[in-house]
Amino acid sequence: MKTKTSRAMGCSALLAAAGLLLSACGSSGDGGSGQTGSTSFQGRGPITYAAGKDATGVTPKVIARWNELHPKEKVTYIQLPTDADSQRQQMIQNAETKSDAYTVLSLDVVWTSEFAAHQWIDRLPENQFPLQKMLKPVVETARYRGGLYAAPASSDGGLLYYRTDLMDKAGITAPPTTWSEMTNDCAQVKKKVPAAKGMSCYAGQLQKYEGLTVNFAEAVNSAGGVVTDANGKPDVDTPAARKGLDFLAGSVKDGTIPKEALTYQEEDGRQAFQAGKVMFLRNWPYMYSLAEKSPVAGKFAVAPLPGLDGPGSSSLGGHNLALSSFAKNKATALDFMKFFSSEDSATTFLKDASLAPAYADLYNTPSLVGKYPYLPVLKQSILHAVPRPRVVAYGDVTSAIQQEAYAVLTGTKSSAQALKDLQSDLQKATAQ
Amino acid sequence: MAGTKTPPGTAENGPDRVAGGPSSRPTGPTSRRRARTRATTSPARMAALLVSPTLLVLSIVVLYPTLMALQESLYGTKGLDPKTGFIRTSEPFVGLRNYTDILGPAGDRFWNAFWNTSFFTVVTVGAETVIGVAMALIMHRAFRGRALARAGILVPWAVPTAISALLWRWIFNSNGIANAVIGHQILWTTEGFHAKVAVIVAEVWKTAPFIGLLVLAGLQVIPKEVYEAARIDGASAPRQFWHITLPLVKPALLVAVLFRCLDALRMFDLPYILVGAQKNSVETLSMLAQNEASNVRFGPASAYAMLLFLYVFLIALAFVRLLGADLVGGAARGGESRRRRRRMTVPRRAEVTA
Repeated sequence: MKTKTSRAMGCSALLAAAGLLLSACGSSGDGGSGQTGSTSFQGRGPITYAAGKDATGVTPKVIARWNELHPKEKVTYIQLPTDADSQRQQMIQNAETKSDAYTVLSLDVVWTSEFAAHQWIDRLPENQFPLQKMLKPVVETARYRGGLYAAPASSDGGLLYYRTDLMDKAGITAPPTTWSEMTNDCAQVKKKVPAAKGMSCYAGQLQKYEGLTVNFAEAVNSAGGVVTDANGKPDVDTPAARKGLDFLAGSVKDGTIPKEALTYQEEDGRQAFQAGKVMFLRNWPYMYSLAEKSPVAGKFAVAPLPGLDGPGSSSLGGHNLALSSFAKNKATALDFMKFFSSEDSATTFLKDASLAPAYADLYNTPSLVGKYPYLPVLKQSILHAVPRPRVVAYGDVTSAIQQEAYAVLTGTKSSAQALKDLQSDLQKATAQ
Repeated sequence: MAGTKTPPGTAENGPDRVAGGPSSRPTGPTSRRRARTRATTSPARMAALLVSPTLLVLSIVVLYPTLMALQESLYGTKGLDPKTGFIRTSEPFVGLRNYTDILGPAGDRFWNAFWNTSFFTVVTVGAETVIGVAMALIMHRAFRGRALARAGILVPWAVPTAISALLWRWIFNSNGIANAVIGHQILWTTEGFHAKVAVIVAEVWKTAPFIGLLVLAGLQVIPKEVYEAARIDGASAPRQFWHITLPLVKPALLVAVLFRCLDALRMFDLPYILVGAQKNSVETLSMLAQNEASNVRFGPASAYAMLLFLYVFLIALAFVRLLGADLVGGAARGGESRRRRRRMTVPRRAEVTA
């Protein structure tokens, strides 16, 4: 037994060494050959569309419409998991193996830089898409180093949900535009409305996950700071950024934000708001129609996010369409992307799936506003939005942000120290 | 490549072991010896031929990926070309740097994950062993409703880990049952020792039945006569447990504990879903490797995976060598105590390893 094992191990060590030599020789040859020149969009035929599972069922409907019009260039919908991380994982796996299984990818807005830098997706011709009709911050999320790498399909911005019934009772007529107004309003309501005694003031998504990055970036941006500057360089160790982070940390400390909000994701916050536990809540527009069916129906409204000295700025959510570099039938793919991101399709997605469109004028269409009263507010939110850091190593950046922000919120680190550490982490992550 | 090489290696091993080394050495070629060699070589060849498909499959699904991971672990991360803004197409060869990095400041996260993994393994397997043995004793007793008790105890083991993690996430929610029961709000899924506790509770709940099940199998083959004799000799129940049940069930228990250790060392889904990714308090080595891989750093990810592999391998080796866990039936390698015990374990082995 003993001799057998040691012999087998010796043998495998030899094999390993041989394998190393071979692969070392193999991989030295193809180094340095970057992709040059622009892509030619050639080839027509069947393609695929890879996106997360669509619970609303609108995506298959829109694709069916395309398939009716283009029977020879059919699109197959490849449903990826609902969870964004798994979607990204599968797309990356496909790209790493240079598979042509996915043609058009539905990318979360924060992935654009990473996918573009790895040349997993093709640069798109700008003149093919009606970018000037779209909201500018949304288009920015589809760019990498000035080039357009994706077509904006849907957007999303943060909104401040607040309880109109309580505000009315306390005699407050307008929603708060600054953080101090918000805490004042909250104190007023608590003083004048007995039913609101046990309520907390404010909550967002402060669990240690992507939502914390969103909420942190919003706080920093709303206080006049930045996480990364216009050139993508980290610049977060500033007094303004500190004021933003201190607002969150201070609110947790003094109870403005309930302690349990440190475990909140979107749904937890919604539950708390609907159960009448919090007065003000930062959340995405998806919550509007759900809250309309809850006990707080008719008792709430939305406003742009408050900031330090005036209205704050939201982060951006949403999805962009990108073309896999390894796909076939790229001419068809480009046409499909134009179709899928067109104003017509965007209207369908807004009407049937309440996805925020990239097109500016849809936010003012009366019939749509009648159905979704939050649209004008959402437009303001998106227009003043600052995208989350657009960096290649977004995974590292967001985990560094979550790490430091969470340490401050839970009181294990001072905001000054955390921002200093974050700055150096971000510099490392963006230097590569 | 690996697949074709291994079988000859073992075929070569066969005669060495069975006929003894001398056969190949020129130590006076007597006709009797030659005849013996020929006689044993062909069954050995036959044996090698028969196991070669297994070895081939194993080398494809086990050896090859392991070697690939080992190779990948010697490569670094693809860099960004500042001129073009594109990631370079090839990974730089960095030798052992991914391994030596864990000794530097970048190793903090690795060591944190390493200690978490070890801590979880020791605590959960310890608790599971105690609870599992207790469960087995209960399941083994003849009493009314025994079938129901058995089924009830086994339910947690039947629940997929991911699902049980979701279940426990509800229980450990800030407004969940756990807080209602203890009457105090603990934010279980935030960073801190309580997150570890949450993971341990959920893990023990889920996997203690596994130990219970294997130990029950061990209990069922202990002959009743041994207990009868003990009772006649006037041995008390605790005495019977310590001196009869435990020693006799030890082989089964060791296998169960070994399996649980290996499982616990690569724990991933439970802390990932219950508490969340990238929480320092509960990040295990598997989670760290997954995180690196998901950030497209396959080199360091492979290095962490290799280290975990090595760690698991050493633990398994320690179990087999030091504690004598009998994984492969009949693989006793001599030694006084082993041989003595062997007599006892032979009939049972079939059930335990089946």
